[in-house]
Formats: sequence, structure tokens, C-alpha cells
Amino acid sequence: MTENQDNVIELHDVTKVYRMGEIEVNALAGVSLTIRRGELTAIMGPSGSGKSTIMNIIGCLDVPTSGKYILDGEDVGMLSDDRLAGIRNRKVGFVFQTYNLLPRLSALTNVELPLQYGKGGGRKDRSFEALSKVGLADRVHHKPVELSGGQQQRVGIARALVKDPAILLADEPTGNLDTASSQEIMWIIQELNRQSGITVVIVTHEHDIAAHAARVVTMLDGKVLDDTRQEPVLVPEPGII
Amino acid sequence: MSLLQTINTAIISLAANKLRAGLALLGIVIGVTAVITLMSIGRGTTEQITGIIQGLGTNLLFVQPEGEGQLTLGDADALVDPVYAPSVLASAPEVRAFATLVAGRDNTNAQVVGVTPEYLAARNLDLASGMFIMSPHVDNRDEVIVLGANVAEQLFQNRDPVGEYVRVNARRYRVIGLLESQGGGGFGTFDTQVLIPITTAYYRLSGERTLTGDVAVSLINVQVRDLDDIDQSIEEASGVLRLRHRITEEDDFTVISQQSTIETLEETTNTLVVFLGIIAGISLLVGGIGIMNIMLVSVTERTREIGIRKAMGAKRRDILLQFVAEATVLSIGGGLLGAGLGFWMTNAIDGRTLGTQTFNTSFSNEFAALALIVSAGIGLFFGIYPAVRASRLHPIDALRYE
Repeated sequence: MTENQDNVIELHDVTKVYRMGEIEVNALAGVSLTIRRGELTAIMGPSGSGKSTIMNIIGCLDVPTSGKYILDGEDVGMLSDDRLAGIRNRKVGFVFQTYNLLPRLSALTNVELPLQYGKGGGRKDRSFEALSKVGLADRVHHKPVELSGGQQQRVGIARALVKDPAILLADEPTGNLDTASSQEIMWIIQELNRQSGITVVIVTHEHDIAAHAARVVTMLDGKVLDDTRQEPVLVPEPGII
Repeated sequence: MSLLQTINTAIISLAANKLRAGLALLGIVIGVTAVITLMSIGRGTTEQITGIIQGLGTNLLFVQPEGEGQLTLGDADALVDPVYAPSVLASAPEVRAFATLVAGRDNTNAQVVGVTPEYLAARNLDLASGMFIMSPHVDNRDEVIVLGANVAEQLFQNRDPVGEYVRVNARRYRVIGLLESQGGGGFGTFDTQVLIPITTAYYRLSGERTLTGDVAVSLINVQVRDLDDIDQSIEEASGVLRLRHRITEEDDFTVISQQSTIETLEETTNTLVVFLGIIAGISLLVGGIGIMNIMLVSVTERTREIGIRKAMGAKRRDILLQFVAEATVLSIGGGLLGAGLGFWMTNAIDGRTLGTQTFNTSFSNEFAALALIVSAGIGLFFGIYPAVRASRLHPIDALRYE
């Protein structure tokens, strides 16, 4: 088990046990998974398959019960809450199904949020740059309610990108969007992966979305059922961004 | 996050719910205003009372009989003794009685004080017109009278009473002088008193008699040469009286200094100020509980925001600081507004009369500073619990919260 610089995510025999009163639930029953830098991976599986749990562990929102997790060369398996917060801040960019923007703040300030919890200046410039990347340079002062669902998700992606994370972790990123907006979001994600070489992990239950990934990991009952590399379906460039 | 940024975020969050923030703020504003106003009233009253006493002259000692003891004119004279009591400048005995005064068809009740010529200087009195009681008046038990300003006004309206006659207990007294008005209500004012020779008062008004036939007095005012010698003068005066009264055990008189009266009074009134402050502080506490209530609701409502912030890398401390900052901004904001309002209230009610009570207030920067510090402390104290709750939320649970 040597650490490989090409590997961004290394899970070694990771288990997760939840206690629900008297019952113990084995959400993950020994998962080993390696994701290389620059890969676009989709994690699929029905509810209860453990895909949310593995996403929480990959995103450092939760820690494994046993096993080893190395993220970007750093062993993050058993860190304290505050250390994990620091790792999330530096290495993980989250994109949520429900966007999870703060309603009171402008797009620009929302994107600035991860920068507030880390070091470094030039926050306004950096968040403006991130918003430009997702084509929202002319919407920076809009509040979330003044934006469409697709635009809100693009703000979410800009927020995830602003710290140049090691991985972009998207949880059902198109789950609340119509087909056109979904295409738009997937195009952006694919472009970021192809142009900037960002490692992307998408958790989804939609085969259409998984088809855009170069690798599909299917989970069932807390284990990896299938791990396939495929030729990704390229999203056509949308007319208007 | 920098401090400035934390405060800025707090203000934005509070501004999102202006009515709620305003109401929480109001609790603190009322509390701080109450503390400052009540303490200022307390302080003002203290200053008014000590002012009156100080006006009587701080270089005074009062000698009063105690128990079976009696003081006489002879005692008063003996106190002015360059050998046994060098620090005593003068002594002014007095006899007090209450009588009805009649002039023409007007009459009034007044305190009649029998005095000697020394009384004028000892009690810092000024004459508006006429003369004061002189030694021959005392020696001859003359029926002459000096009127206080209010008494003169009641009996003679605006006329100069000097040369007129006043009946006291059916005897005619010639008015020889009128005292300058001292103004202001309160106790101890001479405006409602009249002065006659001490011997006249003793023989005509006082029922008290002594075994020796000497004139008994109710109080001896002793004027001290130097305020610094006040303790020594108490010793000297006591020594002279013990000798005269042939005392071997317990004194049959007490000597009180004006200074000690003021000190005792200040102690009492300072307690009053603190007490008023504490009562008003309770309303500040209630305001603090209001802040805690608002913050708890706010934490619950913003569980998802807390989850988002934690996912973005906020540490416990960041979340804790954010909510503590909101509570503190509320309480300090309320404190500042309350201090301003308290200052305004203090000035607005100064000198106003409510019923029979005239308010005298004295605003003090210390009160404002104290109220501000206390309100900031209250914000911290009541803000910490909700903030700790917020900071302990697990990011996954918080993100799932609907």
C-alpha cells in the first residue's frame, strides 16, 4: 500500500457502522477504492447501498469506523472535527443537490464563503474569477432567489472551485434541475475536468448522468459491486450560458 | 475570519430579521436606560442632601444631651476656653420650640429657635434686612424676633417686616431682622423658622427647668477654628463638659461632627444608589434572557446554514464566534442606545417635579461605562450557550436539517 502521488483518493478496507439504538447498521462493509488525479468518476447505487456514506467519508464530513483513507497524500482517517474542517476547506469542493447557498448573501459573497475560513487575501477577485469560469460574471451581485436553479447550481460549482480543491464532490448535482439545466451543469463539470484536470466524483442514481463519467463505481449493500471504465458521453456545448 | 469580518457577518445576519433583532435590542435598551436613570437619580439625591448639609458649614460640632443629662448656657460659654479648648472658635447654643405666630389677621406655625449672637456666624446665616439678635437682647430677655423668609412672606406678604410686631404665645415680639431666603425644599432650612434670644425662648416658651436655675439648651453648635482639628476639638469639648458635669463613667452628652453626619449619610445614600442600580439591573438581566431566547431560535432556524458553513471548512470556533458576535453586537448596540437614552432621560427629568418630589439627577460617565460593560457581559453570557449548541452541530445532520 504505497502512497502514490497520482492517487487523489485511496480508501483501504473502509467500514462504517452506525448505531441506531440497539441495532448496528453496517453502512460500509470494507470498501477499497482508488481514484486517480484528473478522473471523472460516478458513484452509483440504490438507496441504502452506502453511496451517501462513502460520499460523506470522501468529503471528510464523517470518519470511517475502521480502515484507512488517504486524501491527496494525507491520512485523514481519524482526525478531529476541527482538523477535518480544515481538510474540507483546503481539499474538498462540495456541490449539493439543493445548491445550499446562503439566501441572504449575494452570489459573490456565497462563493467567498470557503475563503473566509482559510488563509489568503484577494477574496473578491478570486470569487469573481470562479464565477466567471461558470459564466456568471454578470450575476455576481444577485441573491440566490434572483437566479434560476441552473444558475444557483453554477454558483454552487463556483463556490466549490474557489479554493482549487483536490476533488470536486458533487452529490446529485442535477437532481433538482430540468433537462436543459442538467445538460448545462454536466457540460461545465466535464469542461472543468477536461480543461483544468480537476478530479471529480459525482454521486448519482441517474444512468444518464453517470454516462458522462469515464468511470462508474456501483455500490450495493455497503460494498463495491462493480467498477467500470467507459468512454464518457460528451455533453454538447449549450447554446447560452 | 477576522474580527471585523465576524462583526460584519453578525450585522448582516441580524439585519436579515430586523423586527426580531430590534425587539431583542429593546430589552437591553430599556435595561440600560433604567440602570443609568435610576443611578443618576440616586446620585443626584445624594448630592442634594450632602449639599444642604455642607451649606450648614462643615466646621461645626453638635453637642446634644443624652439620657438624663442637661446642657446649659453655662456649658456653652465654658466651651469657648483658650486653655482647655483652644481649637474651639465659638459656641452657639439653641433652644427649640414650636409656636403659632400671629400678625394682624395672618397666622402661621413655625419652629422658634432661641439663639445667641454667635448663631449667625456658626450657621452661615445672612440677613436680608434689619439686624440679628445682640448680647443685650439675650441679657434682658427682650421680646424681639428675626423671621425666616417664608414665615415673613406668610405674615407680611411682600412688606418689609422690620419694625412690625408678631404675637407668639400671646406676647408681642418686635421684628428686628429678616433672614435671606435659603431656597430649595428639604430639611434644616431656616426659611420656615424664626429666631429669638435664647433666654426669652427659655423663660417664655420652654417648659424645661434646671436644678441650678441655669438656662437649659437643647443643642450647642460649636464652631471649630480649623477643619483639620475636628477630631481634637471633639476631644477638647468633651473634656470640658466632663469636667463641668463631674463625669467619671458614661457621658451624659454626645458630640457629633458635621463631617461624620455627611459620611454616614453618604454611606446610606451610596447603598441606595447601588440598590437602585441592582433593581434596574434585573431589567437588564431580563433583556439578556431575551437575547438568549432570540439566539436559540436563530440557531435552530439556521441549522442548515451552520451545516453549509461547516462543510465549507468552518471550525467550531468560527461558528461559536459568529453567534457570540451576534449576541454581543445586539447587547453592545442596545447598551450604546440605552446609554444615550439614559443620558437624555437624566437631563430631561432633572429638576422636574413629580407630586411633591423634585428629581435631582447627576449623570455620571461611570454609570454609562458600567452599564455598557454589564450589557456587553450579558450579551456574552447569554450568547455563549446558544453559540456552543450551534458549534457542536454535526455537519451531516445540520446539512440534512429541513
